[in-house]
Amino acid sequence: MSATAQTVADVERLAERYKYGFVTEIESETAPKGLSEDVIRFISAKKDEPEWLLEWRLEAYAKWQRMSEPNWAKLGYPPIDYQDSYYYSAPKLKDAPKSLDEVDPELLQTYEKLGIPLKEQEMLAGVRNVAVDAVFDSVSVATTFKAKLAEAGVIFCSISEAVREYPDLVKKYLGSVVPQDDNFFAALNCAVYTDGSFVYVPKGVKCPMELSTYFRINAENTGQFERTLIIADEGSYVSYLEGCTAPMRDENQLHAAVVELVAHKDAEIKYSTVQNWYPGDENGKGGIYNFVTKRALCQGDRSKVMWTQVETGSAITWKYPSCILQGDDSQGEFYSVAIANNMQQADTGTKMIHMGKRTRSRIISKGISAGRAQNSYRGLVKMLPSADRGRNYTQCDSLLIGNKCGAHTFPYIESQNRSARIEHEATTSKISEDQLFYCRQRGIGEEEAVALVVNGFCREVLQQLPMEFAVEAQKLVGISLEGSVG
Amino acid sequence: MLEISDLRVSVDGKTILNGLNLSVPAGEVHAIMGPNGAGKSTLAYTLAGRDGYEHLGGTAKLLDQNIIGLDPEDRAMLGLFLAFQYPVEIPGVAGMTFLKTALNALRSARGQEELSALDFLKLVRSKLSSLGIDESMLKRPVNVGFSGGEKKRNEVLQMAMLEPKFCVLDETDSGLDIDALKVVADGVNTLRSPERGMLVITHYQRLLDYIKPDRVHVLAAGKIVKSGGPELALQLEAEGYGELLKASAA
Repeated sequence: MSATAQTVADVERLAERYKYGFVTEIESETAPKGLSEDVIRFISAKKDEPEWLLEWRLEAYAKWQRMSEPNWAKLGYPPIDYQDSYYYSAPKLKDAPKSLDEVDPELLQTYEKLGIPLKEQEMLAGVRNVAVDAVFDSVSVATTFKAKLAEAGVIFCSISEAVREYPDLVKKYLGSVVPQDDNFFAALNCAVYTDGSFVYVPKGVKCPMELSTYFRINAENTGQFERTLIIADEGSYVSYLEGCTAPMRDENQLHAAVVELVAHKDAEIKYSTVQNWYPGDENGKGGIYNFVTKRALCQGDRSKVMWTQVETGSAITWKYPSCILQGDDSQGEFYSVAIANNMQQADTGTKMIHMGKRTRSRIISKGISAGRAQNSYRGLVKMLPSADRGRNYTQCDSLLIGNKCGAHTFPYIESQNRSARIEHEATTSKISEDQLFYCRQRGIGEEEAVALVVNGFCREVLQQLPMEFAVEAQKLVGISLEGSVG
Repeated sequence: MLEISDLRVSVDGKTILNGLNLSVPAGEVHAIMGPNGAGKSTLAYTLAGRDGYEHLGGTAKLLDQNIIGLDPEDRAMLGLFLAFQYPVEIPGVAGMTFLKTALNALRSARGQEELSALDFLKLVRSKLSSLGIDESMLKRPVNVGFSGGEKKRNEVLQMAMLEPKFCVLDETDSGLDIDALKVVADGVNTLRSPERGMLVITHYQRLLDYIKPDRVHVLAAGKIVKSGGPELALQLEAEGYGELLKASAA
């Protein structure tokens, strides 16, 4: 093959591998570079926030300045210069859009390219209803289906809007699950978060559709700090999905989100993530640094929270969606697929803190490592003295593709109650030559064979995803492992 | 249809196939028999293109195309199918998904459109009923927890679905009791056709009671040492390999 043809083929291959790597040309309004009280005031003013929220941000900023970056994870990366990033970037709009018709068509096109049907009429044509909130760089640009949700009494809007429209709810719950100074990245998020989604499901209401947020980092050198708050009141149910993409860029971009879930008595929250931030190239250049704090409080008796995550993107993933099982008989579940290929590093897992009686938790983690990637499961199961007959089951499986990658498991188990029961199972295996040969003999190409075998390995987790997204996630598994064999 | 000429193959530096010649025309079923260590499974894996079988010389042509050096999936595309002696388990992958993926991969490689879910299901059901296999088998993960008989029936089902031009059956009788053997053999017999060639590799004659070969070849020390009609298999059964090998060495 000639050099030119080779280049063309390489580019095509790359584009296929990360098809979300395009940049949208759109005018943005950006805060001055770097982080300071002034920048925080700028963000707060841009968002027309009440005084209490500005003070809350400044308080978090003061705490953050006294904190240091955690270094206990099995991750290696050069020091992050927090002054070298923009903390606010918004698509320029004359005024806030009142309806979808006023949203910049460029922006709508971007979401179309990403496969998110923003327009309600398109949504209505679909088989099932999914309400979408789309966050572009720092601001939420459109929430669909608001009216239909309102009929059921469900509030689904951007968190900025919630601050304006439902200040009491926000004030009551913001920071109630993840305190400002919980950790370095959470504190940073409190200080500079720009937007995110807010959900409130009232007593006894089963949310009539899947709720979904798409996050997109577009602007260069911009961090994305979104904040999500979901409250399920007594006896309610909600299923929520977030998806994430970013353009391919040579430099690393920072993403530090905070997600807080509160489940009251008999309420159930299902939270699914398909994370496909740009992972960097084969040599580890570029990619998103993903430092995320996600935590659920199962406050009421018999409440239930289920985290499902499919983590295929990002250069670095630092993420431990957790459950505090406070109510008696409350349940927490964590289903995870984490794929690390090329130079990606993932340190991810969960924390299950058992406080209430007969609380139950279940952890199913599937880690896949390929290329020169490092993939770690890190999980804490803690039974407090009050957790009579608490139970946990953990299953942690690692799959290795090739011989230059690593899989690591760091389980932390602490039990302070003699009646509690904790089980932990772990396996590590290499993808089997026999399986691949068997598939290939039947005509399935090598990469598709890998995708098939890995999808089988992850099945227990993938089948927990809402149906609309399970197929997408299966394809993603294949795409993120391309180039991992041969 | 299959033309093997002077094929020489080594595994871990040890020569296993040592100048093997074999010709199987379309529409015929040939049996390869031989003692343990003669190179029977090496022949099967070499034809299918498994890694670790080093080609020292010679050719293997399927429909006039030399397949040595091709990737396994490309050989499958040309119409080669290997029924495994030990079918492999693939946890978490339902048989239905596996079959559909394989069939559509072959179809798209041949420039045909992928089958819709409905058409695929229709096709599967017709094959299942002609082979007398219950659909529930395809809802389970591929070969996981299958009995020996189920595994071999699954191989025959795949063969029926993928409609290969040439089938290699590697010790299909191993691990089967006589009832299971009959069922599998019936399945194979329904797939015999004037356009399709088959190579049945077996250690024992009993499989050939149910799958009647047109020709029988004896493989020993990496080459075919004797060929004949079906009666050769019976002779081997009566006399054992020892006599024949002595005679051919003389």
